[in-house]
Amino acid sequence: MASLNVNGRVVEIDAHPDTPLLWALREQAGLTGTKYGCGIAQCGACTVHIDGEPVRACSVTLGSLNANQKVVTIEGLSPDVSHPIQKAWLQLDVPQCGYCQSGMIMAAAALLAKKPKPTDADIDEAMTNICRCGTYNRVRAGIKLAAGI
Amino acid sequence: MADNAVLSRRSLLKGSAAAVGAFTLGFSIPFTEAQAQGATPEVNAWVVIHPDDRIVVRIARSEMGQGTLTGLAQLVAEELEADWSKVSWEYPTPGENLRRNRVWRNFATGGSRGIRDSHQYVREGGAAARIMLVQAAAKEWGVPEGECRAAKSVITHTPTGRTVTYGKVAAAAAKLDVPKEVKLKPASEWTIAGKSVKRLDTVDKLNGKQVYGADIRLPGMLNAAIKACPVFGGTLASFDAAKVTGMPGVKKVVQVDRRTVAVIADHWWQAKTALDALPITWDNGPHASVSSETIAATLREGLDAEQAFEGNKAGDAKGAIASAAKRVEATYSYPFQNHACMEPMNATALWTPEKCEVWCPTQNGESALAAAIEASGHPAAKCDVYKVHLGGGFGRRGRSDYVTQAVLIAKQMPGAPVKLLWSREEDMLQGTYHPITMARLVGGLDKDGNLTGLHMRISGQSILSGVNPQGLQNGRDPFVFQGLNPGGQEGPFGYGIPNLLIDHAMRNPHVPPGFWRGVNLNQNAIYVECFMDELAHAAGVDPLEFRRRMMKNTPRHLAVLEAVAKGIGWGSPSAPGTAKGLAQIMGFGSYVAAAAEVSVSNAGEIKVHRIVAATNPGHVVNPDQVAAQVEGSFVYGLSAAFHQECTVKNGRIVEENFDTYPAMRINEMPKVESILVPSGDFWGGVGEPTIAVAAPAVLNAIFAATGKRVRSLPLKNADLRRA
Repeated sequence: MASLNVNGRVVEIDAHPDTPLLWALREQAGLTGTKYGCGIAQCGACTVHIDGEPVRACSVTLGSLNANQKVVTIEGLSPDVSHPIQKAWLQLDVPQCGYCQSGMIMAAAALLAKKPKPTDADIDEAMTNICRCGTYNRVRAGIKLAAGI
Repeated sequence: MADNAVLSRRSLLKGSAAAVGAFTLGFSIPFTEAQAQGATPEVNAWVVIHPDDRIVVRIARSEMGQGTLTGLAQLVAEELEADWSKVSWEYPTPGENLRRNRVWRNFATGGSRGIRDSHQYVREGGAAARIMLVQAAAKEWGVPEGECRAAKSVITHTPTGRTVTYGKVAAAAAKLDVPKEVKLKPASEWTIAGKSVKRLDTVDKLNGKQVYGADIRLPGMLNAAIKACPVFGGTLASFDAAKVTGMPGVKKVVQVDRRTVAVIADHWWQAKTALDALPITWDNGPHASVSSETIAATLREGLDAEQAFEGNKAGDAKGAIASAAKRVEATYSYPFQNHACMEPMNATALWTPEKCEVWCPTQNGESALAAAIEASGHPAAKCDVYKVHLGGGFGRRGRSDYVTQAVLIAKQMPGAPVKLLWSREEDMLQGTYHPITMARLVGGLDKDGNLTGLHMRISGQSILSGVNPQGLQNGRDPFVFQGLNPGGQEGPFGYGIPNLLIDHAMRNPHVPPGFWRGVNLNQNAIYVECFMDELAHAAGVDPLEFRRRMMKNTPRHLAVLEAVAKGIGWGSPSAPGTAKGLAQIMGFGSYVAAAAEVSVSNAGEIKVHRIVAATNPGHVVNPDQVAAQVEGSFVYGLSAAFHQECTVKNGRIVEENFDTYPAMRINEMPKVESILVPSGDFWGGVGEPTIAVAAPAVLNAIFAATGKRVRSLPLKNADLRRA
């Protein structure tokens, strides 16, 4: 049994310590907004924040975390789709199939937290998530809209 | 085996659709009966209106990101004269469709057909509902129907100004006879269709609430991980279940079919961990020594073969080339590619002795239902499929292999729902691949640089041979000639060439082919449009002018080409170090063209600076969503062109994940400048056609920048370093 701090509350997770955070979130905590895409930290569909840092949850084990580390998932980004990234995404109709967008939004939110006015180069560096529908043009526009640039 | 059974059932379904006839308003069940079936206040099959005026439009096609559900809802709402702010949507189930004599017709979502194949009957559904609502109001008021008009979900009796909302008369309207004939609005009068309204399905994709197939949770649900023999044609020889049955959460290890084993556990991670530990012995079968090299040799042989299926023929191509002032020849090749949907294949099934239910993302609900019926052993009436949004489809989810597997697994756990989820590795190894082809093109130029003869020989795989051999026409696969045809919706060839021969030597490797977003148009556009560029340079003629000379009778092809040429600034000097390329093609009912501006560094690194795209899809239902499809199409097409190749070794696919099968990322993707030039007089698709022009526009620009002609995809294998 491991204790995790997820979206501001402590949850008890009954899973093997080798279980990736991704699967503990999806299967034990019931938070399915964080997606499985590759399992090898390539695609970014499972991006969550750990103490504000964007992290690929498929490649962090449950056993490596403690209850003092704050995990935030897409479900905890805002209570009502009010984060500036979410609002910009809504305004520009960024998602197509949407499967990668939880991770995309979490990566973009982490970028803005660190760099409120990111350059194109900052966006290129921070946004390494894969989107097969090809929403990249709107992801970039959405980040700029949210940043007011 | 199972797939053939599925297909024969699907063919049966198709047959019954044809028998319904070209124009029938599909309201086969009396409304009173439909109303009695539940509390759903449906006016007709397409339109549900609640007493509080909320409108639910029924959508038969599947939403996989392409925006079809919003577009189809716009078309219904337009004719319904609905208040758009009150419109939402729901999927009817394929089982309901069967029970109601296929009232919603075709569920298949592929070939960019969602709107272009159903715009007529969904609009008729909306118009019929509006007429019935107006009749109900007129009847209640005791006034002539002709004195009433409908707008924004409100019916007004014009002489008195009396009004009533749709929600108040919906129940009465549902009891009226269905109008025999309805008149549709001309596009010039549209107020909802044709507008860039927001998608109906965005909010839940921003907060984690959208439930995809992989997210399904049911009470008492178990999870399954699966492995099929990685060598196509091989089988499962044995596995040692005892080695993993004691592992955490493991419930059962089951053989699924002759080539497949699965582990069922409480949680998926437990199932996958146990499956990875499971000792499995495969019988690799007859293709265990096949490699990319042996496949390439087979295709090369086809380039010179005597026998070939004709796709397009005019005059005497070989004679004209033999007597030409100049002969140009080039051979191109295109690899296998995996769809690589972000959401791996999955389905959840519940099997009991009485029924079988499936929850799954599918591009073809009726095919999924047919698969469930077949695998469950139950009659159709005891099976149903509940569709959920797809985490990408791109053609892969038109197949129902994963549905069959889920039901076969659930059948071994009666009474417990089981969610089958493929790992990314399984998804990469058990694909239905973008078919492998080569093409040799030979052109003859006269002394003035005009193309007098062209022979294009395609050698390689036929999708239909693998997917639906019954669809072959005397052995010939018409899909192979997409974009190269003498006429028709699937691509009339854009060039008038007096002596032309386009033919196909079918060579089918053992790797299963499938419909992959863009289908054969992708390869064909590269072959034709890059070779046109080669011919233009050989003739010493500007590539745009060279094409123009052959496009006097194909003005629509030319119009989109001219649009991108203007957009990219063709003919004016490029920025230092950059160069431009062009391409056009017609397919999926639409005319498309692209222009690209690229630079190539001394180290051979390619940078795409600009992309301009032009699309004429005839009618446009939602301009912003068409733009989104065009933007996305370049990412899909350029991911394929730059990075993607499934190679074969020892009979199996080598690449297992995104580390060896990369997709384009944001840093590689320039802004797509999308120009819409709708002529408004036909209905074309937009989900796929633009993919085809992405690669040739960039390849032609690379030649212009470097003088190096890349004829073998993907580009990652090309050496563009300057000496």
